[in-house]
Amino acid sequence: MAYISKINRKREREALEAQKNRRELIAAQLNRRDLMKMGLLTSAGYLIPVKGLSARPLNTAGYFDDNTCQSPATSAFTEAFTPQEVKFPETNPLTPTPTIAPNNAAGEGRTRNHQVVTSPFPPTKQYRIVQQAALKSVHAGLPLQTLWTFDGKSPGPLYIARYGEPILVRNVNNLPANNGGFGINQVSTHLHNGHTPSESDGFPCDYFPNPQNPLIANATFYDHYYPNVLAGFNSTHAPNGDINESMSSLWYHDHRVDFTAQNVYKGLAGMYNLYNNFDTGDETTGFRLPGVPNATTGVPDFDVNMLFADRCFDNNGLLFFDLFNLDGILGDKFLVNGKIQPTMHVSPRRYRFRWLDGGPSRFYQFFLTDLTNLNAHNMFWQISTDGNLIPFPVNVESVRLGVAERADVIIDFAQYAGKTLYLENRLEQDDGRGPTGNVLGPNQGDKIMKIVVDGPAVADNSVNPATNPHYYDLPSTAGTQRVTRTFKFERGNGQWQINGKFFDCNQIRFKVQRDSIEHWVLQNSSGGWQHPIHIHFEEFQTLLINGQPPNNNPLVKVGRKDVFRLEHNTEAKLFFRFRDFLGRYPMHCHNTIHEDHAMMLRFDIETVGDTKQNP
Amino acid sequence: MKRINRRNVIGMLGIAPLAAGSIAGASTGNSNPEGSSSREMIRDRYFPNVVLTTHEGKKVRFYDDLLKDKIVVINMMYADCEGVCPGITANLVKVQKALENRIGRDIFMYSITLKPEQDSPKALKEYAKMHGVKPGWAFLTGDPKDIETLRRKLGFTNPDKELDKDKSQHIGMVRYGNEPLTRWAACPGMANASWIVESVLFMDWPKTSKPDGENAARSGEKGAKK
Repeated sequence: MAYISKINRKREREALEAQKNRRELIAAQLNRRDLMKMGLLTSAGYLIPVKGLSARPLNTAGYFDDNTCQSPATSAFTEAFTPQEVKFPETNPLTPTPTIAPNNAAGEGRTRNHQVVTSPFPPTKQYRIVQQAALKSVHAGLPLQTLWTFDGKSPGPLYIARYGEPILVRNVNNLPANNGGFGINQVSTHLHNGHTPSESDGFPCDYFPNPQNPLIANATFYDHYYPNVLAGFNSTHAPNGDINESMSSLWYHDHRVDFTAQNVYKGLAGMYNLYNNFDTGDETTGFRLPGVPNATTGVPDFDVNMLFADRCFDNNGLLFFDLFNLDGILGDKFLVNGKIQPTMHVSPRRYRFRWLDGGPSRFYQFFLTDLTNLNAHNMFWQISTDGNLIPFPVNVESVRLGVAERADVIIDFAQYAGKTLYLENRLEQDDGRGPTGNVLGPNQGDKIMKIVVDGPAVADNSVNPATNPHYYDLPSTAGTQRVTRTFKFERGNGQWQINGKFFDCNQIRFKVQRDSIEHWVLQNSSGGWQHPIHIHFEEFQTLLINGQPPNNNPLVKVGRKDVFRLEHNTEAKLFFRFRDFLGRYPMHCHNTIHEDHAMMLRFDIETVGDTKQNP
Repeated sequence: MKRINRRNVIGMLGIAPLAAGSIAGASTGNSNPEGSSSREMIRDRYFPNVVLTTHEGKKVRFYDDLLKDKIVVINMMYADCEGVCPGITANLVKVQKALENRIGRDIFMYSITLKPEQDSPKALKEYAKMHGVKPGWAFLTGDPKDIETLRRKLGFTNPDKELDKDKSQHIGMVRYGNEPLTRWAACPGMANASWIVESVLFMDWPKTSKPDGENAARSGEKGAKK
């Protein structure tokens, strides 16, 4: 039982009092002038850290000395939920014309040839996207923020891609040298879980411009070629690939080595949906997942992407990144698609939500909370792990996501017509080390978003998940592994390491043989830290967790994934089949603070691999 | 608590939790006045301008003399540390050698002792000599309270309170930064020396601007408005 000292109790009382005071001030709807007169506001117009309002005097910049965040107060659920805007292809071919070899003379930052899958090259579907600073509003009660964006948007625009349609994305870097306190204007955009050739993957060391490489010291753009092909197209399942390797919900984000946390925190992330003849984006065809084509928005109605991010804001209400934190940073403001605690209005029908934990360090466990009936178990359907459809929908009460993990879910709001629900994170997490393991009770967590079921009744032609529709089978995990490799994730003298070693762009830790099976064992012997481990390029299936085959009760663990949530004192054995492309890829912790402090390694896929067991 | 309205909020200010220490935050520099730059914000939060003594016996101010306008490499160590320190120091010696034409000109290296009680300037000088440290790299000691403040501000701490007290478990990260450009990051001191060098050079001045940072910041602002 925890011992609570008198001082702690006093602090606790003060904190409660402060919370009450803040709520009362908000409820009283006093305007800024009123509060300023009363001496409760800074000249910038935000609640000052008066004792009793904040319980503890602030250090500076919104963070206490113990690294807990206290942003200025903001009203909850007053922002409107904003769907992600779709990225449309160029109407004219790009100039200069994309080339297979890097066009360094014209300012391209690529260093290796494209591994082209289809002719002709370049593909006809071409995009141009510009990374640039832009002033964005995250909440009406906070000043405009200078964020780093794709095309002026954060999250960046949503790509709507289809299998069989290769695309080329010209990524232009117009980011300013003045970073406003954090971030670096050098980028490598990673398409997270794309079956993408190495030179287009967004490898952390492929950033541009790179002043240390004369060839690309002044580079201004980088062509990413996304073939949108199924794994196995050039090996086990030629020529079309294995349909059971289909992916649905991907995302893209900056991956600049050592600066990923800063650059992504500043806004450089977006999502990428991949459709095919089964997951069609039209609920009258294929798997009949919720979605009605909408030519105007470019994204199917009732098929909604949500990027979750926690952030901290300083005393002036400006985005604050704790530069010298080595452990992981937590914000006290929860953004959904770039808005703090928004409200979404839905119709009483089925929706597909695509959830993404955008980091930097927080884990979530989402529940649907009905404040008028806290005892209710509000069930919904999980249909994917990390954006890859699982064989059958699983009826769940919650979904847990570590950083970078995704889940597609179907929620039938017909049963909640006229009601209000809250998307509530009930996973307790006090610091950047990871969640404590405790799941809080209803209404004890953080309500991230309000969902009001007051939209008009509309037709719903999607399949009811309760009828047990079948999606893709899991690819076979039979076959003998060429090698079993073991990776220990740990911390020594505050240095994040994998097998006692640190990341170095130029060090190839091991070589995987193309078109081979490997088993990887991931180990975390810590009871304090959790690590969401991301492996680029190939999806894995979990064979064992602490010696036991994974199950789906209470959390879905069976499926194709690209992030393994390495929780306290866990060992997991994963199945991989590396296919089709050659080149360099990383494995890393996706707590981006750990990642930026060297908890990463580089492996290369080559025609001949090695058999290092503890690389 | 009764509901707050425009009239009685003044009264509420008299309630103990609000009155005690009220407005202190605003007047002691805890809250950053509007318009203060990100560079000042970072200085205020992370860089206490404490007085330290170098292994050459020179008194220096942490921000004014050691950080301002410079590219810096910072780690924490102590002379009789037998754990990670010797390896890290040996690594940093390689870094100094690799960057020899820059160290002491615009890139500066600092090793701050975690045991100021026993690491006198003389002891640190011996340590530096033993490792073949060249000019441009200062070993620093000071008032134990100031050193502890620095350690906390610079994030050389362990969230596990017991581990945090154990000096042999101290944080072996090396911070690197470009102060005027507000670029800061860190890498493990036990990483390959060549990787630490590459990382430090992430901080390099943009080729087109003078290393006074102001030019860089101003030209950057123009970019931001595009």
